[in-house]
Amino acid sequence: MLAYIIRRTLYVIPVVFGVALVTFFLFHVVGWDPASQMLGRHASKDEITALRTELGLDLPKWVNFAAASRQGWTHLFESQWFFYCKQIVTLDFGRSFASQQKISTLMLNGIVPSLVLAVPIFFIELVVAIAIALFAAYYRNTWVDRSLVVLCVVGMSISYLVYILVGQYVLAYRLQWFPIWGYESVKYLILPVLVGLVSGLGGEVRFYRTVMLDEMYQDYVRTAFAKGCRQRTVLFKHVLKNAMIPIITHTVITIPFLYTGNLLLETFFGIPGIGYLAVEAINSNDIPVIKATVMVGSIVYVFASLVTDICYALVDPRIKLR
Amino acid sequence: MTTTQSQQPATLWQIAWRQLRRNRLAMICLGIIVLYAGIAVYAEGTYWYYRLAQQTAPYRAVDFNNRFADPSISHPLGTDALGRDVFRQVVQGTRVAFEVGILTSLIAIPIAVLLGAFAGYFGRKTDDAVVYTYTVFDSIPGLLFIFAVNIVIRGLLTHTPSGQTLSRYFDPGVIAVALGIGLTTWVGLCRLIRGEYIKHRDRQYVLAAQALGTSPVAIMFRHILPNVLHLVIINFSLRFPGAILTEVVLSYLGIGVAGEPSWGIMISDAKIRLWQGRWYELGGATLAMFFIVLAFNLFGDALRDALDPKLRTAEAKTA
Repeated sequence: MLAYIIRRTLYVIPVVFGVALVTFFLFHVVGWDPASQMLGRHASKDEITALRTELGLDLPKWVNFAAASRQGWTHLFESQWFFYCKQIVTLDFGRSFASQQKISTLMLNGIVPSLVLAVPIFFIELVVAIAIALFAAYYRNTWVDRSLVVLCVVGMSISYLVYILVGQYVLAYRLQWFPIWGYESVKYLILPVLVGLVSGLGGEVRFYRTVMLDEMYQDYVRTAFAKGCRQRTVLFKHVLKNAMIPIITHTVITIPFLYTGNLLLETFFGIPGIGYLAVEAINSNDIPVIKATVMVGSIVYVFASLVTDICYALVDPRIKLR
Repeated sequence: MTTTQSQQPATLWQIAWRQLRRNRLAMICLGIIVLYAGIAVYAEGTYWYYRLAQQTAPYRAVDFNNRFADPSISHPLGTDALGRDVFRQVVQGTRVAFEVGILTSLIAIPIAVLLGAFAGYFGRKTDDAVVYTYTVFDSIPGLLFIFAVNIVIRGLLTHTPSGQTLSRYFDPGVIAVALGIGLTTWVGLCRLIRGEYIKHRDRQYVLAAQALGTSPVAIMFRHILPNVLHLVIINFSLRFPGAILTEVVLSYLGIGVAGEPSWGIMISDAKIRLWQGRWYELGGATLAMFFIVLAFNLFGDALRDALDPKLRTAEAKTA
């Protein structure tokens, strides 16, 4: 067991390394000169050179042989790649191009608003979706279940944008129930949470319903019915417990996405979270910020899946310790 | 007479088609998809016709005297802020949606099939390398990764000479969006294909082909691939609506298609007019998008039920 945990933990290193390699390749090898892209087409040569020096883009890409041969082997690492690695290890990604603030500060400031929006959506959705899925499983093979499934697919087919725009127009503007935009008090969060909840519910309910119905065909369910258990007992005592494993996997895997919050919701409702930061960065060609959000997001994801896997190994004896 | 029929057992595709045809909802959805595909072909035709003739296409014709017109016979959905016909723009939006759907599939599916096939068939080191690769790609948050690929591709297209030539012939927005979505969404399919190849590589027919000295590439793609092709088709039909929805979001955020009418841009433009009570533009783009996405979702589900016998249990009767 301990050996498995250690091995699984060590696997984090190559994966983070791989993500770093992919993003580096994308921005530094494939990408066009970020300095010129960030400054736009009217920038003078001097400005571009200054920014290139600031971003470390005048260094060689992978290994600095020239400096190494002149000043000794320690200078071998004065390259864009090792500079980037250092940024990742220290989680210090320099300054935002647009606002000149430190990116780490910007991201730290974004965490609370992102979580304040994402956590309620996450938990309410989990409870509501499982409840509806159980309801559908209870009425399986009837019109109730079938119309619920169709309703879910209809809900999934409506663009996120439409939920947001209609929510803002009808609930906030027409009926004046909520403020339209801003991040000042709890009142400002109700509408975004509601919109996030409704837009995500279709897919979630459909997933949990499939999980429940998969369990309904197992032998133990037939046995339970055969010995005379009631529907309700079977659903809550047997099916729900056994459906927990796929439900937990699904839930834990979505946790890292709390980090980006709900990108669109944050943008539309003016909630200054990390998603808002990313969208602003896209609009202002702020490549350092995009790079940092992608990298930190991946690190969060890698660690979350590490925790999931270890929890599994602890909880479920059937997991092979390969 | 009947012996000739029984000698030729029905193939998986025939059985699946028979089951699909019985499903009325699926057939209606297929009809909608075919209709949209026809509209997309028409829109593509108009686009190239007016482009090659170097004329202003009717959907771009600006008419300042007729701004914000209410729906009428000549303008079924009214006109927008520049007096352009909204209905024609909705029709042209189909073109972008289909281009993005098809291009993303053309990028993602070959990557997934190639990597999945090699990993599953050869196993060992190859498998480790592919699993590592997709674990890495899977770890990067989806929408952010699409942003990152998008921003890099746009930089390349607008600033490098070859990119500028390329974007003269193709819409740079469409290329950037398709590459962004395509390069980031192949992991799921790759995982499925790898799993299937692992199952198939020890089957009798593969061993027989190996004994006859067939090359691994031929075994992988001529012998095994037809047996896992249904996964690709299911993936295609379920990927299409996702790509359309993502394109709309990207275009809305201003990093997608620009210059040509797209549903995302229409929704973005119409948003301001919504506050003035003009909902035709928003409604038109939304409904057009809704029906095609719904049709693809429902059809994809029906297709999966028909083609993947393992999942068929989910629809069977229980206690």
